[in-house]
Amino acid sequence: MRVLLLAIAALAGFAALPFLFGDYGIFLGAEILIFILFALAFNLMLGHGGLVSFGHAAYFAIAAYALAILLTTYNWPLGLAFPGAVLMSTVAAVIIGYFCVRLTAIYFAMLTLAFSQLVWAIAFKWSDVTGGDEGFVGVAIPDWLTQPVSFYYVTLVVVAICSAMLWVIVHSAFGHTLRATRENPQRAEFLGIPVRKVRLVTFILSGTFTGVAGALFTLLNRAVFVEFAWWTKSAEVLIMSILGGVGSFFGPALGAAALILLDRQITEITEYWPTVLGIILLIVLFFLPDGLIGLFKKRKPDA
Amino acid sequence: MLEVKNLGKNFDGFWALSDVNLSVGQGERHAVIGPNGAGKSTLFNAITGYLKPTTGTVTLDGRDITGAAPDRLVRDGMGRSFQRVNVFPDLTAFENVQSALLAHHRRLWDFFTPGDSLYRDEAQALLAQVGLAEDAQRVAGTLAYGKQKQLELALSLASEPKVLLLDEPTAGMSPQETMDILALIKDLQEERGLTLLFTEHDMEFVFAIATQMTVLVQGTPIAHGTPEEVRASEEVQRVYLGGEHAA
Repeated sequence: MRVLLLAIAALAGFAALPFLFGDYGIFLGAEILIFILFALAFNLMLGHGGLVSFGHAAYFAIAAYALAILLTTYNWPLGLAFPGAVLMSTVAAVIIGYFCVRLTAIYFAMLTLAFSQLVWAIAFKWSDVTGGDEGFVGVAIPDWLTQPVSFYYVTLVVVAICSAMLWVIVHSAFGHTLRATRENPQRAEFLGIPVRKVRLVTFILSGTFTGVAGALFTLLNRAVFVEFAWWTKSAEVLIMSILGGVGSFFGPALGAAALILLDRQITEITEYWPTVLGIILLIVLFFLPDGLIGLFKKRKPDA
Repeated sequence: MLEVKNLGKNFDGFWALSDVNLSVGQGERHAVIGPNGAGKSTLFNAITGYLKPTTGTVTLDGRDITGAAPDRLVRDGMGRSFQRVNVFPDLTAFENVQSALLAHHRRLWDFFTPGDSLYRDEAQALLAQVGLAEDAQRVAGTLAYGKQKQLELALSLASEPKVLLLDEPTAGMSPQETMDILALIKDLQEERGLTLLFTEHDMEFVFAIATQMTVLVQGTPIAHGTPEEVRASEEVQRVYLGGEHAA
């Protein structure tokens, strides 16, 4: 109950944001919302499934590029292009996930990384379609979405709906099963749980919601750059999740907001942002094992 | 009920199991005994699909299950517990059993219904059956060793197995815990008409519970029969029991 009230309060805060800040604040707010969705989708695997993906930039970038290409090169209407772009991420997650779930632990992580670097290489080299090194600029965004406020509210609605869907999935019977496979895959198998299949479905769901975030990011930037697919984007969402707390549903959302705000604030003061980030992460890892969200939680006596 | 025919397992030229024939009838309590390294765990792993047998077949209720994946075996009616405790350590005892029930009732692919709300009564009833009613809300990893073993039994029972394989059910237990689990296993087996196949080091436990026995030595069975017959067998006395139970 407490968690839901906080979520509603956060939602109200985001809804009020355009009345309080100018265009820059609105842009920043939309970026935070998009990364909140990215982190929540990513944490379906990391926190809830115990699956360390080191290549989630791939699903983010695929939908981002696909939306740019469908809107601009093929002149699709947004209503078709957006789901189409997300579907591309889903398909990529099906194919890549099929191979990755055959491995576990560090081998799983390395394979996800390898596939995402492959996606990067394609985006980089296939410049006729993707713009390559220079990026895909001048995405044909519908006029009504070029208003910062209208784009902001569309983002808010999409992120809120997707987050609610992720919440329902995490707390569903499937979510419980997923936790069991995380805790003890061998025992889970001997309860009749097809562990690999559960992991593949999780991979696909996570990749799909990540795709939604990626497509929104194209609308925000009106451009796609090859850095979206670079492995540091995968590391970024990993850091967001750990910073906020992988053990709770909203931890990664908090981590996403904190990382982006800190990045902006600290970059203004010093060029050594990565150093500061490193120190912050050390503090969190040593003193806040539950992540930043741990600051807001009441201590449970036994758990 | 469970038939093992000519089962063999070869590891890099070494036959860990060879010519194993076993037949476990409905309602039997069948013990597999033998010295350390005789291949008892390998046999269990080969029967439960954890290892692919090199030769031979395993059938359950007439269905060929040789080398089938564990999750399919469970759906076909086989349950198993492990030598070392094997539960979900960070979940509560209640959630442990609930997860098992969700799997058994095929609710895995339900993405909507809150998992917390499902099979609550059944979970509580199962915990009560294994004597853990009071410990439902304790985190499994913090339970005493014997209680974790009881919990594991509840997990295995959640899938309503026809045949239950127990790998050293008393391993690492105190004498009191051994007595408790012995009584519990016997009760549950009788109540549910379960077929049991188990390995065990504790000979007192074996002779107290088994209705049939197989003696495994160097990967091959050297004797089958009722506990009395096995006890009386000269060969078994010579290679394994060592006169300990001769009297």
